[in-house]
Amino acid sequence: MSALRPVSGKYGYGHTSHSLVGFVRPPGYRRAVSEDGFNSGSENGAVLVKARGLSKRFGPLEAVRGIDLDVIRGEVFGLLGPNGAGKSSAMRMLACVSPRSAGSLHVLGMDPDVDGPAIRARIGVVPQLDNLDVDLSVRENLQIYGRYFGLSRARARQRAAELLRFAQLADRADSQVESLSGGMRRRLIVARSLVNDPELLLLDEPTTGLDPQARHQLWDRLYQLKQHGVTQLITTHYMDEAERLCDRLVVMDAGVIAAEGSPAALIKRYSTRDVLELRFASQVSRPTPTELAGFVERVEELPDRLLLYADDGEAALGALHRAGVRPRASLVRRSSLEDVFLRLTGRSLVE
Amino acid sequence: MSGHVRQARVRLPLPRIFPVGCYAGRARVLVLRSALGYRRSWPVLVSGFFEPVFYLFAMGQGLGRLVGDLPGPDGAPISYSAFIAPGLLAASAMNGAVLDSTYNVFFKLRYAKLYDAMLATPLGPTDIALGEIGWALLRGGLYSLGFLSVMGAFGLLGSPWALLALPSALLVGFAFAAVGMAATSFMRSWQDFDLIQLVIMPMFLFATTFFPLGVYPRSLQLVVESLPLFHAVELMRDLTTGVVHAGLLVHVGYFVVMAALGTIVAARRLRALLLC
Amino acid sequence: MAELTTYPTPPRAAGRVLPGWLSALVVVERFWTWYRHGWRATAVTSVLQPLLFLLAFGVGLGSLVNTGGRAIAATGGVPYLMYLAPGLLAMSAVQIAAFESTYPVLSAFKWQRIYQAMAASPITPGQIAIGNLTWIGLRMLSSGVVYVLIIALLGGVRGFGVVLSLLCATLCGLAFSSLVMTFASVIRNEEVAFSAFFRFVLIPMTLFSGTFFPITRLPAWVRPVAWVTPLWHGTELSRGVALGTLRLLPALGHLGYLLALLALGAGLLKRRFQRRLST
Ligand SMILES: Nc1ncnc2c1ncn2[C@@H]1O[C@H](COP(=O)(O)OP(=O)(O)O)[C@@H](O)[C@H]1O
Ligand SMILES: [Mg+2]
Repeated sequence: MSALRPVSGKYGYGHTSHSLVGFVRPPGYRRAVSEDGFNSGSENGAVLVKARGLSKRFGPLEAVRGIDLDVIRGEVFGLLGPNGAGKSSAMRMLACVSPRSAGSLHVLGMDPDVDGPAIRARIGVVPQLDNLDVDLSVRENLQIYGRYFGLSRARARQRAAELLRFAQLADRADSQVESLSGGMRRRLIVARSLVNDPELLLLDEPTTGLDPQARHQLWDRLYQLKQHGVTQLITTHYMDEAERLCDRLVVMDAGVIAAEGSPAALIKRYSTRDVLELRFASQVSRPTPTELAGFVERVEELPDRLLLYADDGEAALGALHRAGVRPRASLVRRSSLEDVFLRLTGRSLVE
Repeated sequence: MSGHVRQARVRLPLPRIFPVGCYAGRARVLVLRSALGYRRSWPVLVSGFFEPVFYLFAMGQGLGRLVGDLPGPDGAPISYSAFIAPGLLAASAMNGAVLDSTYNVFFKLRYAKLYDAMLATPLGPTDIALGEIGWALLRGGLYSLGFLSVMGAFGLLGSPWALLALPSALLVGFAFAAVGMAATSFMRSWQDFDLIQLVIMPMFLFATTFFPLGVYPRSLQLVVESLPLFHAVELMRDLTTGVVHAGLLVHVGYFVVMAALGTIVAARRLRALLLC
Repeated sequence: MAELTTYPTPPRAAGRVLPGWLSALVVVERFWTWYRHGWRATAVTSVLQPLLFLLAFGVGLGSLVNTGGRAIAATGGVPYLMYLAPGLLAMSAVQIAAFESTYPVLSAFKWQRIYQAMAASPITPGQIAIGNLTWIGLRMLSSGVVYVLIIALLGGVRGFGVVLSLLCATLCGLAFSSLVMTFASVIRNEEVAFSAFFRFVLIPMTLFSGTFFPITRLPAWVRPVAWVTPLWHGTELSRGVALGTLRLLPALGHLGYLLALLALGAGLLKRRFQRRLST
């Protein structure tokens, strides 16, 4: 696995910043579709997930409202959005456990409605809600999960041992699941999802509720998987997580896709390089956005502070000072996906 | 209502048995809370009444035809229904009290952390112990009243002495609830509750509920005679058939001692567990 | 700002889709893995309980029954212990079915979510349902074997017909279990639903289905209730083959009823699992 195979290199994701909807297709894309119908598309560039107008209704509620997705082999793809955006609903359709209400969907070239079991045999799923088998030990959880995927008993045992090491749980192999910490449980779930050497890994909020150290540990594991060529689709409402892990992402809100592209491209397209955060002692001393409009490109008002978007934050701050604006505190930072989300929806992501 | 009466009766001697601060004299709050807790699932509460009635009907009607009459407490033959009905009354008093004071208390102790919250108020462990037992009694008393009415309707109450079966059922329930609660305070996990089943089930089947002591060889009779349910069944049977004699006081004494020991152990243990 | 992205050779998935019956067996394997840890706890309820009933009613009460002349007519002249034992075998199957098909099923959906975990694998919801049902059947069968051995020691076995009794009892338990599992996968307020089930279905059924006495000893208006219950058919079959008193036509009737019930229950169960696991 050490030899990284260089790929054509022609499909840098930066291109996507020019088009909101369609991605620039990588060169191998068409061939993969027409010749082998994705199934044996072990080469990079095959489209593992292709959704068009994918929708999910729960009675009167339309949780997912016609989204288009292409996940390409080898990449880490993010699905970003606040709680209730429809991320989990979308993931469950991709995982072939929830039938779609409308639209078309192909995973590994197959239709979940027809070939659900065959698709599930080749993917790994980390659900948002823990469903480890608490009656079994850590090792048994992995072994029996391997059996669900049709591994022989010997193979399941061997795979469990490998995964215990991968998840750094070898010394807890015979513990009951109940005695594990939150971070350990999450690592175990990730390990469990790998039991069948999946080609595509679907992770629904893998780090929600974990402390910073546990999050970093998990990110390391996910990065290792990427190094091994496992395509990953991750939902999260943490912007830093998305920026760190994802090659490309879509921002979802209220069941639709608000924007898509690489993190850098999204920031470039929807935000300025810098953000200037200003806090004022009182509402009275706080200038109105119109008063500030001349100094920066754009102003966002939050209850506790003002966000000023400018390509050179320091310069803008200096200009404001000279004009007599006196904030209680000021901070210049680089733009993040958080700012993109704010721009797109007018709301902040984590409430 | 009966909660207040009981309260008044037990309040006096307690401060001497339990340290100051463990008992605020407000156990009835617990009873109220339990009653409120069942507002949503009252069918669960009501359904408990039917179990002994089904037994009485099936066994009395069906098995009664096979068994015929059995000798009553004074040797005179009584119908099989009349024989098992007081047994079922005693058994249901035991079952209800044990269920309430073991599973339900353990759940509140371990999972709902209910008592921890209560101890943040003036309530002490003794209030909790008495309150839970009080609730178990209230519930058990209602079931007993219902079952006695059914017995009356079937013509199975042979004498006015049967009215005393109700307070007797309460005493039996108190004793079992107190011991059940004391036992619960020693439980470590749900697995341990199998032990309770292991005690309750054989007692239900063998403590002369369904057949007289005479079927056993003498050695087994001695074992059966030591079981609490045996005393409960005999007490009920004597009362409902109207065979009243001084020996009944032995049964009553048995339960008074059992109740006292159970309450003391339960309150002490709860105090240790909940850090009074 | 185009960046070069390089990816290593992707993995080849090792998972595969098993044939339906094998998938169901893998589900059974999960329950077996779990059972190995905690079998002692269940042994108490599943073996000891019928044994105690047998001792209390078969031996204790039996000593009273045998002396009464009326009993001969009801039991067909066999000792009460022999009469009761095959009935208790069926009753114990039904009780195991009731316990294993209620809280464990609900909890697997609602709290432990193990069904959801299985459904993310190539195993289908229908296979999960059938696998779980098969497991419950095996539980009934294995407890039944132990139980039959105990009856034999107590002198309650007449011949090898008891092996057929065991199969009939298991069929009866399976038919009941399929329906109860379906029920458990539908309900929302489990506390009320299950206590109603135990008190108004299970207990009356075990009391009024001819386990302890022929249902002809019940008032005429109660008997049709017994005819509907799987336990009555299971008891008639189990007792009939154990005592050698079964006639062909009633046997086919009881068997047909239980098989039809099982087919219906299994069909409903698969549908329910399918619905609940694919929302
Ligand atoms: N099984 C379901 N039944 C009904 N509504 C659901 C169900 N699952 C999700 N929803 C609703 O769909 C919307 C999207 O939920 P979800 O996909 O879980 O969002 P996210 O994962 O982005 O937080 C929410 O309003 C949620 O309440
Ligand atoms: Mg979600």
